[in-house]
Amino acid sequence: MSEATYAVELRDLRKSFGKTEIIRGTSLAVKAGERVAIIGPNGAGKSTLFNLISGRFGPTSGEIHLRGERIDGRAPYEIARRGLARSFQVSNLFTRLSVFENVRCAVLWAMGYRYAFWRFLADLKDANDRAEQVLRMIKLERRRNHLAMNLTYAEQRALEIGITIAGGADVVLLDEPTAGMSRSETSRFVELIREITVGKTLLTVEHDMGVVFGLADKIAVLVYGEVIAFDTPDAVRANPRVQEAYLGSVLGQGH
Amino acid sequence: MPTTSEHLTRRDWLVWLGFAALLAVAPMVWRTSFAQTMLSQVGIAIIACLAYNMLLGQGGMLSFGHAVYSGLGSFIAIHALNLAAAGKLGIPVSLMPLVGGLAGLFFAAILGYVTTKKSGTTFAMITLGVGELVASMSLMIPEFFGGEGGIQGNRVFGQPVLGINFGPQIQVYYLIALYCFVSTAAMYAVTRTPLGRILNAVRDNPERVEFIGYSTQHVRYLAFMISGFFSGIAGGLGALNYEIVTSEVVGAARSGGYLLFVFLGGATFFFGPILGAVLLVIALVLLSELTKAWLLYLGIVFLIMVMYAPGGLASLIMMNLRVAAFGKLKRLWRHYIPLTLAGLIALTGAAAMIEMVYHLQLNQALGPSMQFLGLTLDASGAPSWLAALAVFVVGVALFEWVRRGFGREWNRIQDEIAVEIARREAA
Amino acid sequence: MDQILINILNGVSSGLLLFMLSSGLTLIFSMMGVLNFAHASFYMIGAYFAYSLTGLIGFWPALVLAPLGVGVLGAVFETTALRRAHKFGHVPELLITFGLSYVVLELVQIFWGRTPLAFDPPALLQGPAFTVIQSSGDLGVALGAANDALCQGASKCSRFPMTRAFMMLVALGMLVALWLLLTRTRIGLVIQASLTHPEMVEALGHNVPRVFMLVFGSGCALAGLAGVIGGVTFVTEPAMAAVVGSIIFVVVVVGGMGSLAGAFIASLLIGLLQTLPLTVDASLADLIKLLGGHVSDKSAWWPIMRITLAQAAPILPYLLLVLILILRPRGLLGTREG
Repeated sequence: MSEATYAVELRDLRKSFGKTEIIRGTSLAVKAGERVAIIGPNGAGKSTLFNLISGRFGPTSGEIHLRGERIDGRAPYEIARRGLARSFQVSNLFTRLSVFENVRCAVLWAMGYRYAFWRFLADLKDANDRAEQVLRMIKLERRRNHLAMNLTYAEQRALEIGITIAGGADVVLLDEPTAGMSRSETSRFVELIREITVGKTLLTVEHDMGVVFGLADKIAVLVYGEVIAFDTPDAVRANPRVQEAYLGSVLGQGH
Repeated sequence: MPTTSEHLTRRDWLVWLGFAALLAVAPMVWRTSFAQTMLSQVGIAIIACLAYNMLLGQGGMLSFGHAVYSGLGSFIAIHALNLAAAGKLGIPVSLMPLVGGLAGLFFAAILGYVTTKKSGTTFAMITLGVGELVASMSLMIPEFFGGEGGIQGNRVFGQPVLGINFGPQIQVYYLIALYCFVSTAAMYAVTRTPLGRILNAVRDNPERVEFIGYSTQHVRYLAFMISGFFSGIAGGLGALNYEIVTSEVVGAARSGGYLLFVFLGGATFFFGPILGAVLLVIALVLLSELTKAWLLYLGIVFLIMVMYAPGGLASLIMMNLRVAAFGKLKRLWRHYIPLTLAGLIALTGAAAMIEMVYHLQLNQALGPSMQFLGLTLDASGAPSWLAALAVFVVGVALFEWVRRGFGREWNRIQDEIAVEIARREAA
Repeated sequence: MDQILINILNGVSSGLLLFMLSSGLTLIFSMMGVLNFAHASFYMIGAYFAYSLTGLIGFWPALVLAPLGVGVLGAVFETTALRRAHKFGHVPELLITFGLSYVVLELVQIFWGRTPLAFDPPALLQGPAFTVIQSSGDLGVALGAANDALCQGASKCSRFPMTRAFMMLVALGMLVALWLLLTRTRIGLVIQASLTHPEMVEALGHNVPRVFMLVFGSGCALAGLAGVIGGVTFVTEPAMAAVVGSIIFVVVVVGGMGSLAGAFIASLLIGLLQTLPLTVDASLADLIKLLGGHVSDKSAWWPIMRITLAQAAPILPYLLLVLILILRPRGLLGTREG
């Protein structure tokens, strides 16, 4: 595999909603195993970027490559089957299924069970074992029979991540995983994210600079739909354009 | 429902055994031919309602036109029956329901492809349109649909096998009961497979399902076809049972009936549609004989259910079973008994008024006096009306008064249960 | 030729009636996300109200009061029942309107009976609006009823009923009023915004429950108005809701959910599709024979091929629905997903 094949590559990506252009010619190349945090002011288009990469909607122009294969314009399930998974800023769970079922659903396709209606779930040892393993990773074994909608907020965020990584995707997109959490919950959660994304390519949108510096090898700064810097945390902090965009204040904090 | 053990527990086996025993023994308990007819209808309705709930309760798909699949199953089955009786088709009568099932599957595959392209309310309207399409076509192609008179058939032909020729109703009943048990078991089995669970996931969050690798459209389409298959089986059994199939089997009224009774029975639990099927037959056969206002009662009950108990009868039962599991059901009896009495009083008053109105409208030739629960009412006179109104108002007031106390007790119990659950988890 | 002209006008007027109904449905759906399954029931109530009111105070006051009455009923239903179902989600909301359609049908039959009513148009609306006279290649139009002498002999006369002309007038008037409301008033802007961004409208702090009540009531009032016109032009009977009920859902799906312009085009299209084929007595079999093929009642598929276009007219809108779903699933001018 050549060095030139990136895990995720965006080439001059553009997205307009009606007359408003949200993503304006973004280019980004993320190597396999890299952990990238995407930061930027509100409205910069961070969630839109995730939506484009994961296939929620297609770009107006430009290309998205996953391990060298073009995925822009493909349906979300096609992209998910190719080993890219994403989490949502607002927990997007299967509300009336139990915690265990939520995780197991996320495992089924990856394990090849597809649309089988001739095999019983109870007999799928590998799927059940993997679901148990993920439950232990996100520390929700004790809540395995509770319905997803009855969990606390932090538990739901944990389940959200669990569903995302359960299928074993090696490219993981996390959209503001620690949103709405207290300080202590956040630091525990960052530990969790670090553990369960070992060896994977991670892209995460974050506002909390503490989380960013704790998780990321590289930071991409998105302002008005363009990546104005993509470098190591220290280099980004020293970047004058970034300082101008953030008025110097935010990056000085939280380290 | 949360799963504790995934494999069938001993209690589960007992429930299934009980179900089978009930199906086997019922006609021996209720011996009249009327009872046999009703039991046969219940057996058929159970299959149809469970098949419908595969879409509604398990898949979150609201269909207004599902009678198309059971109806077309009926038509194909009766044509097959006639062909077999004429010696042109070598399929035994006992396998005719499968022919209906395959027909249901076939049409679900064709029509479902278009229907499942959309979801939600759009899907609902498409099913309405497709249902009307088929119902309208039924009048245009009398060769297949039989026009006004429908298609008739005869299930008794050829040599009896082991003394069975399906002539007597009781033999038909046991055929229906067999298909009912097997179909119910099969549909229950599907709920415990990957497709069944992902179907639930599509119901709860269709968007997220796409991001875990599944195409929601494919999932819905497959579920649609499986549901069509079992609907067709119900239709085939209907063709055998009545030996006549008319175009109303694909009509909007029947589709609406499936929706109404599956919802009343409870769409959120597997056994809800079974309750719904029983209610369906009781309403259609008994209630409609009892009063001309039965559709109005049905509509009102449905409205009340949607507003106050959208999980249907099954959810009400399960909620109380849960309370019983924690040993607190006794405390509710103090409220349930007066609640029921008050409800009955209100119902009596309302029914009296409704029956009087219907009597005035429909039985004018018989004069204004009518029988109601053993009393003679004068529908044109003020005293009867005032009395009925008073009974209704008193009933509603009592109901409301008891309901408050009940509500407080219920909430107390729910809080206690929550505490108990937390305690058990921490242990 | 004259008949074709009248048929086109018949189709257009039917389409405009469908638009009166589907516009109310679209507005309710767009603003509240509720698909009002009982919309055709309110249409029916409008006709029956107008019938009774006409007996008391005459047609023209009834034309104004009946829709208002229906609107009030709709508003009452929204505040008492629909609102309760709202918190359970969109499916229960749809189900409650479904249940209402059953109840309304029964109540209408109780209070007005099960047979069609003689809802006659007022003197002003009786008779033909104009007559198209065709004689030896010439086409002439006479206002009102042409006298008998003109219609005998070599000429053929086709009459266009005054009631239908009035229907078109009211529908077009309603269309203009709606357009003015949406583009020129503040409440119209709010409604337009909610057609594409309902959540934002809520977030902007409009008194949502009251707006819901007004919107639902207004939508039902529009249906009631259509009912008055429909009742006096066609038949006033308990089956009138079922006749038009499923068609208006086809209209909104074909036009595109949430699009008023789409509903307009789809209404006209379906109105024409229901009416124009009625004069064509040819079938697929005739077409094949015309093209030189051979087909008889022994051929395969004969039951389908012998169906004339006139006989097939009732299912054509549904075939259009299926076609649109295959070729252009979001509808003609669809903006939002249902």
